[in-house]
Amino acid sequence: MDLLTLSRIQFGLTIGFHYIFPPLSIGLGLLLVFMEGLYLKTKNPLYHQMTRFWVKVFGLIFALGVATGIVMEFQFGTNWSTYSRFVGDVFGSALAAEGIFAFFLESGFLAILLFGWDKVGPRVHFLSTILVCAGAHFSAIWIVIANSWQQTPAGHHLVGQAPNIRAEIVDFWQLVFNPSSIDRIWHVYMGAWQAGAFFVLSVSAFYILRNKHIDFAKASIKIALLVAATASVLQLVSGHSSAVGVAENQPAKMAAYEAHYNTGPADLYLFGWVNDDQERVQFGVKLPGMLSFLIYGDSQKPVTGLKEFKPEDRPPVNIVFQSYHAMVAIGCVLILIAWLGLFLWWRNRLFSLRWLLWVFVFSVIGPQLANQLGWLSAEVGRQPWIVYNLLRTSDGLSKVVTSGQVLTSIILFSLIYLLLLILFIYLLNDKIQHGPATEDLNTARHRA
Amino acid sequence: MVFDLNTIWFMLIGVLLTGYAILDGFDLGVGALHLFTKQDVERRLFINAIGPVWDGNEVWLVTGGGALFAAFPEVYATAFSGFYMAMILLLFALIFRAVAIEFRSKQPMHWWRQMWDVSFSVSSIVSSLLIGVALGNIALGIPLAGDHEFAGSFFGLLNPYALIVGITTVALFMMHGAIYLVMKTEGDLHNNLRRWVNNAIIFFIICYAATTAATLLYVPHMVETIKQAPWLFVLPLLNALAIANIPREIHRGHDLRAFLSSCAAIVALLTLFGIGMYPDLIFSSPNPANSLTIYNAASSAKTLEIMLIIAAMGVPLVLAYTTSIYWIFRGKVKLDSSSY
Repeated sequence: MDLLTLSRIQFGLTIGFHYIFPPLSIGLGLLLVFMEGLYLKTKNPLYHQMTRFWVKVFGLIFALGVATGIVMEFQFGTNWSTYSRFVGDVFGSALAAEGIFAFFLESGFLAILLFGWDKVGPRVHFLSTILVCAGAHFSAIWIVIANSWQQTPAGHHLVGQAPNIRAEIVDFWQLVFNPSSIDRIWHVYMGAWQAGAFFVLSVSAFYILRNKHIDFAKASIKIALLVAATASVLQLVSGHSSAVGVAENQPAKMAAYEAHYNTGPADLYLFGWVNDDQERVQFGVKLPGMLSFLIYGDSQKPVTGLKEFKPEDRPPVNIVFQSYHAMVAIGCVLILIAWLGLFLWWRNRLFSLRWLLWVFVFSVIGPQLANQLGWLSAEVGRQPWIVYNLLRTSDGLSKVVTSGQVLTSIILFSLIYLLLLILFIYLLNDKIQHGPATEDLNTARHRA
Repeated sequence: MVFDLNTIWFMLIGVLLTGYAILDGFDLGVGALHLFTKQDVERRLFINAIGPVWDGNEVWLVTGGGALFAAFPEVYATAFSGFYMAMILLLFALIFRAVAIEFRSKQPMHWWRQMWDVSFSVSSIVSSLLIGVALGNIALGIPLAGDHEFAGSFFGLLNPYALIVGITTVALFMMHGAIYLVMKTEGDLHNNLRRWVNNAIIFFIICYAATTAATLLYVPHMVETIKQAPWLFVLPLLNALAIANIPREIHRGHDLRAFLSSCAAIVALLTLFGIGMYPDLIFSSPNPANSLTIYNAASSAKTLEIMLIIAAMGVPLVLAYTTSIYWIFRGKVKLDSSSY
């Protein structure tokens, strides 16, 4: 395989594995704020026990996020050094801001969250929880801004002659608020809230099915369900807004999402298989004119088709189409699950329907898959550009790194990450099997 | 020396790296010393002594890397791609270190703990060694082409000078870590560790002498500036005094002062390194004309300015909560239900 393919595989592998963890810590961070806040408000020991249990789980997830996250920062330099030279002036400041505003906050107060129970008072501990949650959210902001700049570059100008050309900042705020950053940050946040909420939902439903820790599980499910239902609906809104932005700013990507080849009124596929040679969709079911309607509010309005772009400027259509559609489908199922749960909670039947609890148990996979698929469609949809319309992915590689070296590192990363995944699941399962500690309930009672 | 934006950023990156060496330095050192004790309780005390803070300490490296990317993208791109296999190795070491700390005490099995103890210790030593080797190469000079790209090989990076600097870094962190542990422990362990500190100091002084001699003999450009401004000799003198002060304070039982002396020694060492390098960031050998300097490797003045504003807002915040975290977790480490 060539250097380009290998470097892309390595980036995809390492970012895909890393991205299991940050959304969980963002989402779980938010839930922790609610749990501990409820404890301080109600003094109900159950919420104390709940916070302590989920903080421990949070610690494990966070450690994996840190361990795999540092790889990402290094990799721009190791594998994409020409890209780094091109974007350093623009991209680097966002990355540095992330370190200074987000990571220090997050890691510093995590210490209090995990080990500070007896060292600080309940209010300071709660404040630390809020700050860890804020830090987790900040960390997403800067990296998504940097990535959004790659999708919709703004606030820069190009300096120098090829091959030593580079982008330099002209207007920092234009860069920060580039056309796609706000939509995409919200989309990432909602995906993260869903990841956290469905995770708590899943573990708690499992306890009820096993007839263990019933009070704990019921209370956890209620908090998780409220967040899941809210985030799932907001995700639909932000997804729509994101897509409208893509249609405007990255027409080739939008056209690939729906395999829309000829400029004209565009249809929305429920599913299908793209035959890129014949430039059409096979075995598909579609809603005619629906894409035009969703973007412009008019089913007859033309949407730019893929044929407007030279073949070398088009993304690979089928993989973008499939990952995008799978993401949307999972998103819709998650809305259904969360709102069905709310409805049955209202009807007082939430905890008696075993099939529903089993659905909850497996629902944890949904946000994880949707997050991965969403990023896959967003990043592959940007191809062949690493910075949209400015720098081709093939021109961003490291010049001194050989494909043999990258193959070696891919093999090593794969082995290590496989080991980490097995250990993560093993330890997570161990924590879940142990369940919340009874002594946490007692200490809280004692204190109250 | 002109006091411009580029110079300020040279100093700021130096501050970040120094912060990293002082803070992560002691927890890397604790890792390097980890296998010297055989008892499970003592190993747990070691890990829990750094438990609440090691992660925040590593953020200094992450932020330093980010700042280097932003302020001097050419250096970031050249070094990270040029040192490819070394960087990947460093990443693996950092990954194993992070998960070893987290995983070790999660299971009671002897083989499980032994496995993570070994990975914690080996990865700490490898990380320190690689960071030192990288610094050694940057100072000694690596082959750079006219387009700023690295023109050497992986094995060329493992030259004797770089390896000496690497081992000295390990020794420095071991000394620093041992003093930290003295500060955080009590009882028999505390008394044993006081002896370790002396051994660590001797090991460090031997390495340091070797590095100094090798630098004077083989890397004359690193001492050029000091030769021209003899008042700078105050730095190696301060460094020597700081190191000499460590056994004195340990002997008197002033553990915190001993630790601060060790911090001062690190500051003096890295300042010397910075003075030797300035205004180069990566020295090119055999073609010094191709060196990456704070001018030909820098981002635009606009970016350096924006980043200065970001740093001016962020750094006081960071220092404020780093200080409060260390304050909250001051005193001897004790094992409880939330410990590793």
